[in-house]
Order: sequence, then C-alpha cells, then structure tokens
Amino acid sequence: MSTVAERSAARKRALLEEKVLDELDDRLGSSKWLRSALDKVFPDHWSFMVGEIAMYSFVILIVTGVYLALFYSPSSAVVVYHGPYRPLDGQKMTQAFESVVNLSFSVRAGLVMRQAHHWAANIFLAAVAFHMGRVFFTGAFRKPRELNWTIGLTLLIVAMLEGFSGYSLPDDLLSGSGLRVVFSIIQSIPFVGVWLAFTLWGGAFPGTSVFFTRLFVIHEFLFPLILLGLLGAHLGMLWHQKHTDFPGPGKTEHNIVGSRLWPQYAVKSAALLTFIAAVIFGLGGFVQINPIWVYGPYNPARGSAGTQPDWYVGWLDGALRLWPHWEFRSFGHEIANPFFPGILLPGIVFTAMYAWPAIDRRLFADYGEHNLLDRPRDKPLRTAVGVAALFFFADLTVASATDLIGNALNVSFELLIEILQYGSFVAPIVAGVVAYKVCVLLQVQNAHPIQRPVGGVMVRDARGAFHTLGAEHAHAAPEGNGHEAAADSEETALEAAGGEPAPG
Amino acid sequence: METLHDGTETPHEEAFELPRVITGTHGPEEGAGAGTPWPDDVPPEQDDSWYPLKDDPRKARRMEYLIAALWMVTGGCGVGLMICYWTGGQAQVEGALLASAFGCLGAGLVLWARYLLPGQDVVGSRGEHYSELEERAAVVASLSRGTDAMMSRRGFLVKKVLVPVGGIFGIAAVWPLASLGPRYGRALYHTAWYPGARLVDQFGRPIKASDVEVDGVLTVFPEGHADPNTPQNAMSPAVLLNIGGALMHERKINQGFEVKSGGNGLVCFSKICTHAGCAVTLFNVLSMQLVCPCHQSTFDILEDCRPVFGPAPRPLPQLHLGVRPDGYLFAVSDFVEPVGPGFWDRGGPA
Ligand code: HEM
Ligand code: FES
Repeated sequence: MSTVAERSAARKRALLEEKVLDELDDRLGSSKWLRSALDKVFPDHWSFMVGEIAMYSFVILIVTGVYLALFYSPSSAVVVYHGPYRPLDGQKMTQAFESVVNLSFSVRAGLVMRQAHHWAANIFLAAVAFHMGRVFFTGAFRKPRELNWTIGLTLLIVAMLEGFSGYSLPDDLLSGSGLRVVFSIIQSIPFVGVWLAFTLWGGAFPGTSVFFTRLFVIHEFLFPLILLGLLGAHLGMLWHQKHTDFPGPGKTEHNIVGSRLWPQYAVKSAALLTFIAAVIFGLGGFVQINPIWVYGPYNPARGSAGTQPDWYVGWLDGALRLWPHWEFRSFGHEIANPFFPGILLPGIVFTAMYAWPAIDRRLFADYGEHNLLDRPRDKPLRTAVGVAALFFFADLTVASATDLIGNALNVSFELLIEILQYGSFVAPIVAGVVAYKVCVLLQVQNAHPIQRPVGGVMVRDARGAFHTLGAEHAHAAPEGNGHEAAADSEETALEAAGGEPAPG
Repeated sequence: METLHDGTETPHEEAFELPRVITGTHGPEEGAGAGTPWPDDVPPEQDDSWYPLKDDPRKARRMEYLIAALWMVTGGCGVGLMICYWTGGQAQVEGALLASAFGCLGAGLVLWARYLLPGQDVVGSRGEHYSELEERAAVVASLSRGTDAMMSRRGFLVKKVLVPVGGIFGIAAVWPLASLGPRYGRALYHTAWYPGARLVDQFGRPIKASDVEVDGVLTVFPEGHADPNTPQNAMSPAVLLNIGGALMHERKINQGFEVKSGGNGLVCFSKICTHAGCAVTLFNVLSMQLVCPCHQSTFDILEDCRPVFGPAPRPLPQLHLGVRPDGYLFAVSDFVEPVGPGFWDRGGPA
C-alpha cells in the first residue's frame, strides 16, 4: 500500500533521476550503457563472493595504506629512540623503524590502521588464493575466460610481491632477515644475480640510503598501480564475458540467472564490503599482528628463533628449508643453493599455472566454450591435480614453521624436516589419487538415482509451496553431458509450464 | 514427478511449477521468432516486485525499525569514535567501534536485501561476447589497408631503419637504470676484516683471550667496524667461541686458525650463514653446534663448522686468530674465502 505522500515522493525522485540522466546523456549518450548496467544479471553462489572479498580487502588496503604512508619515513638514517615505548628508549635504529614505532604508539588511530592494514593484506591474499581455487576446480578458466585466468594469476604474483614489500618496510629484525634471504636468493641467479641484487639495493646488503626509498616507491606506487590496472582489466573482462554459473534448473549456456545489479546485487555487495571492513578493523583493534617493537630494529648480526614470514610466503620459506644442501659448481662458476627453491621452484609452479588452461584443453580434448561450470567431481583428473597441488603447498607451508612445530610437539626439527621432505612427494601423490577415487565414487553414487529419495530434489518456491524437481536426476547421467541434459529438460519444462516468450 | 527422468523427458505439466519465479525465457535463440531479441544484457521486463515481507505490512514495519536501529548503532559508533579520538585514542576501543559500526551497517543492508527487496532470480541473455564474422573481416581489411599504405615499397624504412634505430634508442632509454646500483666488483669477496684488526664487541670494546669463558660465545666485529648496519660491515660479524682446551684436541678438522692459552681454546667463524645470509645465532653447547634460526642449518664446531644438517652447502668460513702480547685478540687476515651465500662467480679467483 503506498500512500499519497509516498507516491509523490517517488514521482519527485523519478523527475530528479530523469533530469540528471538527461543531462548526462546529452553529453555522453550514457543511457544505453547505464540501462544494461543497472539491469545486468549476476548469479548467486557463495563461492562467487570470494573474488569480491579479495576486491574489498584490496579497497581497505588502499584506504588504510594511504593513512600509513602519511607517517612512514623511508629512511635508513640512524636515530636514537626517545619515545613513549620505554623498552626501546635510547636504542639506535633507522628512521624507518622509528617512524613505524611512532605510528603505533604516538599517532592517534595509528595502531588500528597499521594492524588493520596488515590483517587486510593477509586476508586479501587468502581470498585471492581461495578465489583461484574456485576458478580452477570449477573449470571457470575455460574458453572464453583463459585471458582472465592469466590476468588473475599475474594479480596473484604481484599481490604476493606487494605483500612482501610492505612487510619489509618497518626494518625490524624479522623483516630485515626476510630481506637478507631475498637478497641471497636474487644474488644466486646465474650470471646476473649479483648485479641485480646490487642494483636493487643500491649496493651490498643491507643497501645504501636509497634502498628504503625504492622499497617505498615500489610498495606505495609501482605495485599498487599494476594491481589497479590489472584489476580493472580483470573486472572489465568479467563484465564483458559475464559470470559463469553452476548448471541448474533453468540455466543454460546462453542465459544467465540471478539478481539484477540494481538494487539487489548492489545492496548485497555493499553489505559484503562492510562485513569485511568489520572483520578487518575488529582484528586490527583486538588481535596484535607484527609487533615490531618486540622484535627490535634490524641488525645483520642478530636473529631470533621462530621467525616466520607472512603465510603466503610460507611455502617459499618452507622450500628453502626442505631443499637439500646442494649447489652446483664447475668451470669457476656456481649455481648457489637458494636459486633452486627460491627462483626455480616458483618459476616452474607459476609457469605450470599460466599454462594450465592450455593443458586442460588438451587433457580433456575440449576446445569449446563454457559458461556453465564443472562440478569438481565431474572432472576427476583436474580435481586430483588441484588437490595434489594444494597438498604440495601445504607441505611446504608447514615446513616454514618446523622450529615452532618441533618445539610445540617436542620432536626434533631434523626429524620434521625429513618427514616433510618425503611428504612433498608422497602427500601430493596420495592426496591426488584419493581425490580422484572420491570424485569417481561420488559420480557413481549419483549415477544410481534409485539411491536417492524418491522424487528427487525438493524446492520451495517464492510463495512457500514445495515442489520436487525430478529432472535433477539427469545430473546423474554417468556419461555424456549430464548438466546440459538437465538444463535442457528444465527448459522444456519451463516452456511447457507456459512461460511466454519475452516480448522484445 | 515420481518417474525418473533420463534428462530428455518432459515432466508432468500439471504438477510442475517453477521453483522460483522465472518469468523470462532463455535468450533470443530459444524463443526463435518470438519477438525481437533482447538488447544485450537487459533482461526483459520480468515481474520481480515480490519480496518476502510484501504481504505482511506489520512484519515489514518491524523490519524497518530493526534496520533503522542497526544503522543508528553505526551512527552512535561514529560519535564514539570521535570521542575516542578526541581523548587520545585507544586501539581496542577503536577496533570495537569500527567493527560494530561496519557490522551493523552491513547487517542492516543484508536485512533490507533479504526481506524488503525483491529476491527472485531474473533471467538474462548472455548475448554474445564476440563479434560477427563480417566485423572480423572488416577489421582485417582496415588493418591491412593501413599497413599496405605504409609498407608497400617503403618496407625497408621499417625493417632496415626503424627497427634498428628503435633498438638502439631502447637501449639508450634503459641505460640510466645502470645508475641504480654501483658495480659490484669484488665486494662479495671481502669483509671489513683486515690483517691485525682487533676483535671488538658490539660496543667497540676490544676483546682479550681471557674475556670469554669456556663454553662462552660472543659476537665480534673488526675494530672500527662494529656497526653491522652498513654495506661495508654487514658481512663481517663473526662468532667467537671458547670451546675449552680439552675439546680443542678432539676436533676432526683443524685449519690451525685457533688460539690456545691455558684451558682456553678460541675459534672464530663467520656469523653469516652460507645458506641465505641470516645471522647464525643459536649455539648448542651440548652438541657443540651452531644453528641458523632461519632454516635450521646446523654447523659442527668441532669439524670447523662443516654443515651437518639443513640447506647450508658450505662450512662457515673461519677467521685466523692471533693474540697480541697485551692479550687482545686480532685477525691475522680477512677470511680466506667469500663469506655468506653463494653466487655465480664465487668459484673464481678472489
Ligand atoms: C587481486 C586479486 C583478484 C581479485 C581482486 C579478483 C576479483 C575477481 C572478482 C570480483 C571476480 C568475479 C566474482 C568471482 O568469481 O569471484 C573474478 C572472476 C574471475 N577471476 Fe579473479 N580476482 C583476483 C585474482 C584472480 C586469480 C589469481 C585468478 C586465477 C588465476 C583469477 C581468475 C578469475 C577468473 C577466470 C574469473 C571469471 C570467473 C567466472 O566468470 O566464473 N582471479 N575475479
Ligand atoms: S640462512 Fe641460515 S639456514 Fe638459511
């Protein structure tokens, strides 16, 4: 029931909207695009929100990061600390370190912003990784979306570098040790390594006064710019190609079922943004992260046990621990140890990931276009490869905490490392085989609809009535394209049910 | 509906109602001949005005109040934040207020979307994300019209002139990158240790042989270079150990770089890990091992710091120690091999 007042308010609103849109259209001809944008259909599935979580934590990274940048000082000039944090009083430290301590203790809202920024970075990368998993296991990267897979993967790599460069800015004992290791990794590259490391650091480790300026420019400007550009392309492509969807009643390769951008999708998406902000700022206020004043300023002659990088670099740190003591020497030259786990391994891993859409095409001899997703069980081989990769990364990540785990479980780190060395081969193979078997099993179970409750799937419609969807059983078709069959029969059903063809 | 469908049969019409309100059809192709195709992206007018609380104005009203209350909490948190900030700020309070503010804002939005906004799915056409064949042909035509105009009979300009010139200019353009870093020369072959350099501690105080007790360990630097935070000094830190006179004889490898006096047996090794350059800080006196905290490389002191576990490929280089008549320890020379992690030219002449 709308009252008179409400109706007149709606009329006023419409007039205003019309006026603004008219003015815009006079200049930009924007109406055609805007109409299709506002009505654009987005499918609903919880797993499609993961990419949005990544996007929104990136937004929060930018907001909090700008605040931090107003106080950070990228300088390796040595100062003596005299501030509110007494335990550090009188200590020599770089201005970079001092500025971060001040940001944490002397700048209002500084600590919350700093910790929120760090939490957001960890959540961002977790969401990106999860999102990539979603895209992989459902085959969303298949034609026509291979390009977006490539852009997404580049985003992942740049995001990791961005995270690491930020972690390194405070010049504390942990981050300094991390930089030391990275310098050594770069230095180990055959032929150009030493030159490259000296070029980046402006000299031998720990670098000259230019180093933190460069790191700051990289973290504050270069990488974010690349991320923003790539993200724009990523989302632009998504917009143009439209989102994939899982097969289901009424869904075909040619339609898209979901909510309109305006208002349903926009409101839900805004809610997601605020929830992510709530979680990140809640963590930022309550859960300490990277307390650099506990670690103290960096000093190449010091170190501490139990040092871990942020989680997303853990697999590389673990690889450095698991790679045996080998290095290769001949003709007066040497390929140093860190090269293999630090450069070669990520090189192979990322190359394989970039190549995956092409590999997948050949593997399944499937060169066609797909807007409907695979259920992971329907492509056991792909799922097995993905699960194997996850176990490989998990093994390496666990290895990055061997000392902590060893202490906690009271086993020697030697034993743990040896187990994890074997584990890096065995775990992926076993997990892959098991995953394959499980997929096949799930398929077979589905192939006997007799084992399901008679009547198939119960659905409740918008008016509250219950219905059974027998056609769902077509999912179970053991070979051939079960999904399409299901979708097609639904379509027939729709038409039979009297769905009038849409007027143009 | 009880019959099992093989995916091709049509379900019973009478019994079948749509699971959700989907009133569109499935794209222009399927609705062939039924009106004009949809414009790209725009679903046809589909009635999705129904929402869960539409038929229950009282519940809807209550929902509106609830949403309003939630958003007012957000406003209240905003006020709280300002007060908190005004009075000097406190991280936990700020975190709590920010989290509640955003949380309540989001909760209100979700309730709004869930109960007061149309929730049915609509069906849109995917349209086509690719171009018609004629358009592709037209692009090729345009491209080659332009290229032909440029290249026919003047191809040599591009191939023989522009490409080489571009190459030269490209190199010139990136040349300034060279000024980013100095030539590294022999930088990795030497540390700040020099013949006769006294061993000093982190405060620059010289060390006597008697300053380190048996089983004691001390980080030492070359005199005048006790600040390791510079590129000149960062590779110099070393570990001075007193393993005692008795153990001195049990060593399986011995470069003869040690100092023995009375019950003392002093040896000194580079503190920079040969794996990836961390400081080797952990000393296990029971097993007489040095352990690197970064990746747990373990060095056996009695074998002149040969790596016995972990990824470190080489022993920690040993410093040749001497004692001056006044009792102070000094380095006879710099380390005889490059310290720290490996690099391409490391095997070459020092
Ligand atoms: C900075 C990191 C990233 C952000 C912010 C981001 C954001 C998004 C968003 C919001 C979507 C649509 C919603 C969704 O499907 O979740 C999407 C889709 C997609 N993303 Fe990402 N993404 C990132 C990284 C990646 C990575 C690492 C990959 C894979 C290597 C990837 C591949 C894709 C693909 C193929 C799609 C289309 C999926 C479909 O239509 O089903 N993205 N991305
Ligand atoms: S740096 Fe010492 S073990 Fe890796």
